[in-house]
Amino acid sequence: MTKKRYITYEEALNEALLGEMRRNPGVFVYGIDVADHKRTFGTGKGLLEEFGPERYFSTPLSEDALTGFGLGAAVNGLHPILVHIRVDFMLLAMNQLINMVATERYGSGGKTKAPFTIRAIIGRGWGQGFQHSKSLQSFFAHVPGLKVVMPTTPYDAKGLLAAAIRDENPTIVLEHRWLYFQKGEVPEEPYVLPIGVANVLRKGSDATVVATSWMNVEASHAADILEKERGVRIEIIDPRTISPLDDEAIFRSVRKTGHCVVADYDWRNCGLSAEIAARVSETCYGSLRSPIQRVAFPDTHCPTTRPLENVFYPNAKDIVRAVEKALKLKPINLKKENFYSHEHKFTGPF
Amino acid sequence: MPTSLEFYKKLYLIRAVEEGIRKYYSENEMKTPMHMSMGSEALVVGVVSALKKSDQVFGTYRSHALYLAKTGETNAFFAEMYGKRTGGAKGKAGSMHLSAPEEGFLGTSAVVGTTIPVAVGAAFANKKKKNGKMVAVFFGEGAMDEGVFWESINLASLWNLPIVFICEDNNLAIHTPVLKRQGYASIEAIVSRFNMNVIQSESTDVERVFALARKARLTTEQTQRPSFMRLAYYRYLEHVGVNEDFEAGYRAKSEFDAWYKKDPVRVQKKRLLKKGVRASAIGQIEKRLDAKIEESIAHAKQAPFAEEGEAYTDVFA
Repeated sequence: MTKKRYITYEEALNEALLGEMRRNPGVFVYGIDVADHKRTFGTGKGLLEEFGPERYFSTPLSEDALTGFGLGAAVNGLHPILVHIRVDFMLLAMNQLINMVATERYGSGGKTKAPFTIRAIIGRGWGQGFQHSKSLQSFFAHVPGLKVVMPTTPYDAKGLLAAAIRDENPTIVLEHRWLYFQKGEVPEEPYVLPIGVANVLRKGSDATVVATSWMNVEASHAADILEKERGVRIEIIDPRTISPLDDEAIFRSVRKTGHCVVADYDWRNCGLSAEIAARVSETCYGSLRSPIQRVAFPDTHCPTTRPLENVFYPNAKDIVRAVEKALKLKPINLKKENFYSHEHKFTGPF
Repeated sequence: MPTSLEFYKKLYLIRAVEEGIRKYYSENEMKTPMHMSMGSEALVVGVVSALKKSDQVFGTYRSHALYLAKTGETNAFFAEMYGKRTGGAKGKAGSMHLSAPEEGFLGTSAVVGTTIPVAVGAAFANKKKKNGKMVAVFFGEGAMDEGVFWESINLASLWNLPIVFICEDNNLAIHTPVLKRQGYASIEAIVSRFNMNVIQSESTDVERVFALARKARLTTEQTQRPSFMRLAYYRYLEHVGVNEDFEAGYRAKSEFDAWYKKDPVRVQKKRLLKKGVRASAIGQIEKRLDAKIEESIAHAKQAPFAEEGEAYTDVFA
């Protein structure tokens, strides 16, 4: 038996890049400042040294052109990986992404393909403010022709990034900055996880919580509280892939528990949480014993100052309250719970 | 180098295909917005003939000429115009999204300037693979109003990519002339500040354009610097549609008259006659091409549409 190995999410991403670049000489990494001394929060560590500046290079600040550039390189047989240190910067590239990248194969009548990976980091906390803190999976998932992946655990990060790079389609990988510090068991050898398959992060029978990205950390905290205080066992479903969405996994859980809370790390209005709620309602209406609850970003922007930032971001407390509402439980006294431990751990500046 | 007669056949084919579109468009069976190439034939044929067969091109929503110059075929072309299963993209593309990847015609776009960075990426891949392929990307001077144009020529200049930028300058972005859009003295002057080999011409003589384009391709190959060609032409027809629009008031018919005197098809025909090719021989060639086009149109009309399920395929590989 091999010894279990625990590494961080950041190290897992680095291993995926290293493995795929060794495996396929057509894989290359580029983007604004990727080859600086920080190497995209460490995820690009050692890549420049091993593969050289032809396969790992910093670029001009031209998000739109760089996105089209990746498409052209992919159509001609390479496997580009474009990195955005903040997902907010991708908004400069929405034309290339939606008009060009997403339609490439369709427009050619299936003659071309675009094995193009776009990594984007979701910022949070320590005053990142309204232009360094978006999530945007709902935007991207709205468009046919783009795959959208949001790994939560280090194990998923390594396997899903590798899968995205090998995938023959444009795939966006959204990585939460705070998840970079999470540790988990990760095999040393390269592996891929299937895109479009959800993970049951925690088994339970009383209520289903569908959580994306960082909300899985909050959902796990909420699950501990609910189990300890009320003996309620929630089942956490992490879709891991936003598009295509593994809705069957969600339906299976909801049919079992009869209750559904969607905790999405994105705006509520017209967001993924609405999509999941609609699909559950369409398919599992007869199994639902309470209205679907949603926990997501409110209809406002992310403020910079800490007290308001804490108001903006939903957390474990909101999930506890949503489950209580669904199950008609008496509210738990949460005064002694520490809900902002991660906010205190992250000291910035970026 | 193609013979003068071969050049003429290419020019004539494009002109006659578009005359075919004009003849049948009012039947309302070709349900796709037409942006006609008419007037630009020498520019497109001259450049494409200067490329190797394995070279790759990108175009715009106004790419009938580019498609025909690169592929030489009219069956899949008309089937695509008629939206039929036998079209190059099974009817999903139409006139604005023509491509023939198997022939090195990698794509077009209906959003101005947007194939330019894609072409730059394709050139990067060719350079990395050392396959000797050159990329030529066609765009109107209207694309120079877009930020992505500047981003893209910067990338190509910075990374010394094997690409030739072809600016098809017809002075009009839809209906707005260059004078109302450009805050700089001239296209050549401003792009000359980049690491590029810049060439410009207002010629409608296909053999002149060919010579310039061959030089551009060679220079880029030898110097490892991108080339930029500003090639002027006059758009004969309306921005979108198959008719003339001189009555609209944004341009004068006299402009057309001046350009039509040096119409690319007529210029080349005159050269042939001067070289001693008999008018009757040219007439026979024209007839054969006309017949080929009518045949393609008839095939396209009879061809089936794609099955309903086709709407959902090709979203993902």
